[in-house]
Amino acid sequence: MRPVDEMELSKFLRLRDGPVHVLGGGTRRLGVVDGDAVDSSAMAGVRIYEPGALTLVAGAGTPLDDVVAVLAAERQRLAFEVPDMRGLLGRNGASTMGGVVASGAAGPRRVQVGSCRDHVLGLRYVSGAGVVVKTGGRVMKNVTGLDLAKLMVGSHGALGVITEVAFRVQAVPEAEVTLVGTRGLAEGLAALRRALGSPFDVTGAAYEGGAALIRVEGMAGSVAYRAAALRARLGGDWELIDGAASAARWVRVRDVAAFAGRDGAVWRVSIRPTDAEAVVEGLDAEAVFDWGGGLIWLLAAADLPVRERLAGRGHATLVRSAAGMAGVPVFQPEAPGVAALARGIKAKFDPKGILGPGVLG
Amino acid sequence: MDMPKPDAKVMAARDSIVAKLRATVPDGVIDDKAETRAYECDALTAYRCSPLAVVLPSTTGEVSAVLALCHAMGVAVVPRGSGTSLAGGALPTEDCVVLGISRMNGVLETDHENRFIRVQAGRTNLSVTGAIEADGFFYAPDPSSQLACAIGGNIAMNSGGAHCLKYGVTTNNLLGVTLVQMDGTVVEIGGPWLDPAGMDLLGVICGSEGQLGVVTEATLRILPKPEGARPVLIAYNSNEVAGACVADIIKAGLLPVAIEFMDRPCIEATEAFAHAGYPDCESLLIVEVEGSPAEIDEQLARIKEIAFRHDPVDYRESGSEEESRRIWLGRKSAFGAMGNIADYMCLDGAIPVSELPFVLRRIGEMSAEVGLAVANVFHAGDGNLHPLILYDANKPGDLELCETLGADILRLCVEVGGCLTGEHGVGVEKRDLMKVQFTDEDLEAQLKVKDVFDPNWLLNPAKVFPLAVTASRRMG
Repeated sequence: MRPVDEMELSKFLRLRDGPVHVLGGGTRRLGVVDGDAVDSSAMAGVRIYEPGALTLVAGAGTPLDDVVAVLAAERQRLAFEVPDMRGLLGRNGASTMGGVVASGAAGPRRVQVGSCRDHVLGLRYVSGAGVVVKTGGRVMKNVTGLDLAKLMVGSHGALGVITEVAFRVQAVPEAEVTLVGTRGLAEGLAALRRALGSPFDVTGAAYEGGAALIRVEGMAGSVAYRAAALRARLGGDWELIDGAASAARWVRVRDVAAFAGRDGAVWRVSIRPTDAEAVVEGLDAEAVFDWGGGLIWLLAAADLPVRERLAGRGHATLVRSAAGMAGVPVFQPEAPGVAALARGIKAKFDPKGILGPGVLG
Repeated sequence: MDMPKPDAKVMAARDSIVAKLRATVPDGVIDDKAETRAYECDALTAYRCSPLAVVLPSTTGEVSAVLALCHAMGVAVVPRGSGTSLAGGALPTEDCVVLGISRMNGVLETDHENRFIRVQAGRTNLSVTGAIEADGFFYAPDPSSQLACAIGGNIAMNSGGAHCLKYGVTTNNLLGVTLVQMDGTVVEIGGPWLDPAGMDLLGVICGSEGQLGVVTEATLRILPKPEGARPVLIAYNSNEVAGACVADIIKAGLLPVAIEFMDRPCIEATEAFAHAGYPDCESLLIVEVEGSPAEIDEQLARIKEIAFRHDPVDYRESGSEEESRRIWLGRKSAFGAMGNIADYMCLDGAIPVSELPFVLRRIGEMSAEVGLAVANVFHAGDGNLHPLILYDANKPGDLELCETLGADILRLCVEVGGCLTGEHGVGVEKRDLMKVQFTDEDLEAQLKVKDVFDPNWLLNPAKVFPLAVTASRRMG
């Protein structure tokens, strides 16, 4: 099934009574898929792009690379730094904007600019019942009615098929510098937290491969000033890398390149930054830390009880399963009250329960 | 303003409802008619209605007990923060209980290292920053009512402010809430981490205008205070040119914390009122940037270069605290100044920034056709307009004329790709315009979310959605 527009998709979903799954580029889907694919690739194209208003509207099937190229021509970008999950998940194909939004993808810059959800101004979708719905708009500020776009971002195709999305975009800053400091884990994580608590507008704070990484971006003079100020405030040795070298370092963090092509389960853990060290201490797993320690990527054996280890200090998503983990849910089960609300919403958006059954809600 | 007919059964059971509320919150029930009058409206004072009773709980447990009680008795509840809504978001109905959260104003936890603060939802916006500023932090959303407005109200309306161009609005700065549902169920949504475990329920709760539950506690993201800030004032002789300058600043990748816009009617009124010494011009921009002194100089140099490409009639960079204060003085007194010369209605539509010149010209034409003056003062960087329509409340027909013009201007905002409300909310004020922006299917999808949280449709009745659209649900 490859609908050319919302009408065709709506007709299909109205009549459909068996499971389907939404397919963008297939590069970042989590868990096991069920049923036939609804391929969004024909609903593609950049429909509105206003660089002066920092907005871009694209069909869900538009390849991410196309959007990146269109934006780059005006020296703009998607601020939330979309990860490329192909290496980590062992996938091929071309990521689509619908997939980016349905997975709520966001990279290192999340600590400063927010996530995908914070850059989606509005979207259109066809619900599991085949109803065409628009929510939000294409303006920067909009509090008109319930913000259903927030439900759709990160819904992993369980509530509806996203058909079009309006994004807020960002100008590419003229400079970036990364402070690289070889540190032990505790010292490195503490440096990240101190950097994020400083007034120097840090746009990346990660710990990977034995080094703390702290990024600043902006106008050249300002970047030089803030890098120097951070170095002085944090103390100790910091190497400064800039331009392409800095960018490449953050692509590694963003895509969790350290775990690509390696055996084991991959978990994505969301916690308070100050809990990061305790969570991994003595744990038989490899870890990459982003968001100042608030995000931990873990590479671990199938039987490592990551959620038990967290003991309520946050939550863990099973991004990549390993043999013997068939019964482990992708998303961490929520408290009964919250789970009941999610189930209720799922039942309203997808009353026949045909969209990615068992994914969310 | 049409409001649903009071529920006769509820009105008849008034005494028993009040008695039960009193048993639940012994020192926090107001039912004396003279005293409930203080709750008969919010900042949209054109509409007033005294509630059945007001209850002021002190804990999440009390909120839960009150809601469970009202749920069991079929009594509607209007949640209220500080009552500063400009959209009538907290307007009572005759048969409702107003649930005020003002007693719940404590700070529960501050955590600088993890950059969050957890507060009770009745705490005022400004006092959140007050609790952390000595340590170099602040809470970013800054609605102009920030001295009085409650965090719970900010969450309900997804409030913005002058500085949201850089820092985002409430939804971008909210990490978690304790939500009490209409049946009394208490749920914890989100927490002091950045991502939800599953569905982003927090995202739909924020901005839901009290339709989904009562927020009693909130975990908010806090930010380190910038080293400094400095405004610049740029004057032009045409709205089009000022609008083009705004677009160029944004496109250049500069990220000022604020770009404010005032047009001639507004400039003249504020000059007469506040004597800020603004230049004689058609339109005026206030652009504020942040950082260290050197960073501010670097940004302002670039802004100056862009501003002069458009041939300004005046350009004033602040050189001191006093000059900064004077630059902001007129802008901050704008609403007071307008109130001084006339009654006014404040609109809140948002448009794509690129449509600014066209929309301002059209508003001028529409204003002339109707014969009511419109002054514009707004957040230009994000296209959030605040046209102020001036009218005379004592002149028969003037308010109706003003409301018609207001609705026409909001329709214009939607036509050019914008929306009815950028930061004030729908409330009762824009309820009946929702179909201008949304199809029946769009609205139905929103109603279905409300069905999940509040299946009996008892929370904050007659707001957000047109009455005709919700009738079958409200009748049960």
